[in-house]
Amino acid sequence: MKKIASVAALSAIAVGMSTAAQAEGTLDAVKDKGFVQCGVSTGLPGFSNPDEKGNWQGMDVDVCRAIAAAVLGDASKVKYIPLTAKERFTALQSGEIDVLSRNTTWTQTRDTTLGLNFAGVNYYDGQGFLVSKNLGVKSAKELDGAAVCIQSGTTTELNLSDYFKLNNMQFDPIVFDTSDQTVKGFEAGRCDVLTSDQSQLYALRIKLADPSSAMVLPEVISKEPLGPVVRQGDDQWFNIVKWSLNAMINAEELGLSSANVDSMKESSDNPSIKRLIGLEGPKGEGLGLADDWGYQIVKQVGNYGEVFERNVGAGSPLGIERGINALWNQGGFLYAPPMR
Amino acid sequence: MPTDVNKGVAPSSKPKFWNDPDKRAMLFQVLMILAIVGFFYYVINNALTNLDNRGITTGFGFLSQAAGFDILLTLVPFDSSYSFGRTFIVGLLNTLLVSFLGIILATLLGFVMGVARLSHNWLVAKVAAVYIETFRNIPLLLQIFFWYVAVLQTLPSPRQSIELGAGSFLNIRGLYIPSPVFESGFSAVVIALVATIIGIVFLVRWNHKRQDATGKYFPVGWASLALLIVVPGLVFLLAGSPLSWDYPELRGFNFRGGTTIIPELIALLLALTIYTGTFIAETVRAGILAVSHGQTEAAHALGLSNSRTLRLVVIPQAMRVIIPPLTSQHLNLIKNSSLATAIGYPDLVSVFMGTTLNQTGQAIEIIFMTMAVYLTINLLVSLFMNWYNKRVALVER
Repeated sequence: MKKIASVAALSAIAVGMSTAAQAEGTLDAVKDKGFVQCGVSTGLPGFSNPDEKGNWQGMDVDVCRAIAAAVLGDASKVKYIPLTAKERFTALQSGEIDVLSRNTTWTQTRDTTLGLNFAGVNYYDGQGFLVSKNLGVKSAKELDGAAVCIQSGTTTELNLSDYFKLNNMQFDPIVFDTSDQTVKGFEAGRCDVLTSDQSQLYALRIKLADPSSAMVLPEVISKEPLGPVVRQGDDQWFNIVKWSLNAMINAEELGLSSANVDSMKESSDNPSIKRLIGLEGPKGEGLGLADDWGYQIVKQVGNYGEVFERNVGAGSPLGIERGINALWNQGGFLYAPPMR
Repeated sequence: MPTDVNKGVAPSSKPKFWNDPDKRAMLFQVLMILAIVGFFYYVINNALTNLDNRGITTGFGFLSQAAGFDILLTLVPFDSSYSFGRTFIVGLLNTLLVSFLGIILATLLGFVMGVARLSHNWLVAKVAAVYIETFRNIPLLLQIFFWYVAVLQTLPSPRQSIELGAGSFLNIRGLYIPSPVFESGFSAVVIALVATIIGIVFLVRWNHKRQDATGKYFPVGWASLALLIVVPGLVFLLAGSPLSWDYPELRGFNFRGGTTIIPELIALLLALTIYTGTFIAETVRAGILAVSHGQTEAAHALGLSNSRTLRLVVIPQAMRVIIPPLTSQHLNLIKNSSLATAIGYPDLVSVFMGTTLNQTGQAIEIIFMTMAVYLTINLLVSLFMNWYNKRVALVER
């Protein structure tokens, strides 16, 4: 019996590996299935979080929706698969998801040794600290000896060790699997400090019973460029994800939004806009998509600015400033290659 | 004719090998082994090829790279500059720590409760029954969360710690107790302690022999206890009390100094002990009930008291029934300790299969190593228990 069970388990692994390996053309697989399988977080307001009706919303979710709009012409054809930080890369490697859009930091190790490709950056972040106001701490340099809640399997864990070591400070790492657990540990008082990417800290602060009792310290201790990730070795799909993101950023730069894209399609003489909408230029041929893929993204999901304001900006409970996530010509880092 | 019959029985030529059951069996065994080897070769080769095609790094080179993260509880020196291989050791030791303590405590609790459930005292028997039936029927994971979230996380913050006396404090960050600092000269106390223990062993043997020969009984239990306290105690005082205590004190955010027992360990240990204890209690009860009542009656007829009947007649016979299922419970406890990851106790699964796996991405190697560790630990425990079972088994004459 034991032998049969182990043989069955091993063959399941082997078959799993070989089918995933055969699914080289992610684009064809997605078209056949009729939906995009998108790995998201287990619940992070502003990035990927289900609303009260169970619909997923957020910056990362809108990347998935843009891909579905470009590939299938319908932004709603996405199947969301919630993953913890620990599960995410294995899920992508094994072919369980088509794209990972889950506030994932782009690092050299991840890009080069995991068989993955980062398709761009949809949010520039940095690691910070959330502390309870009654501790009276004003700077991260005062945190010597603190107990720190962290989510396991993140770059945060590594940056934290580096930062405390560099400043000759001690800390007790309290490691949990999900960000919800870290918040609960922080609220219960298991730790003095909650550390994560700053955008997450603002999002997690909302989840506290009394958000005004906690504050985010001013120090940003790392660079955290977050973006969608795909499997290595499928350049076509890599290009599709990359250019879906670029289309959103370019649309904002050109002043094209979900509200005016129809009228612009009729009336605009701007060749850049015409190329993005798919009336001229490279259209969808090189990507293997319909010619109006860019139009569908802008129409159904919106440009990057709309996505930002709706999910994390002024129009959301998070109220994060554009800051470094503004367009390059408005003082930020966002710069998409031209579509021509 | 007899010669003709012999000719008919012994064939003139050898039978075809497929008609010889022994050779046929051999052939199928060889084919089976070839099939299994071929299958594993295919599976492993396939996995390696696919990993290579996708540019996923393989091999065990990662074990010597710097880990870059810290761990809350380490029994050996560790910080972020140590290697990923060291995180394996740290996680393994933390798993062994909670398993070792859990097995001892669960076995003690289980024996007490198993005997108590058979007690003639109505109250004692019912308390044991309620304990067993309650905790045996609630999933272990829920019990771990209960102790961690509902009990330990309601403790006060470090600044409002509960003072337990003798320099110990209890708060949400754990139990802080003073830790002993051994000064020079303490080794004399250790030597005295060892010498006393050896002396007690001889005393017990002498007592046995004397009892067998003369029937006189010396209260060896109380005498041993007295020796154990008096001899090392005297040496300790003569050596000038070579021991001081490092007391925990509130410094900055947390207590520093002394020994910290983290709440994750307490919660996990409580849950594992109480849950596994119920199964051991039932095993013990079954073992005792399996000893025929005639044995008890015979012992009573010989004039043995209730407690000596239990200790000298019933339990030794019950052990034969108890040990095999008890081994299974110990193995279950070790495997269940991997639920530690749910509350963030840094055991092997949480540290190595969790953080290390995620930072290196080498899933196959790490999961293989982790499985091999649990297999090895459990096989060793099994071996030991089987050896012990052989020792206590009834020798039939």
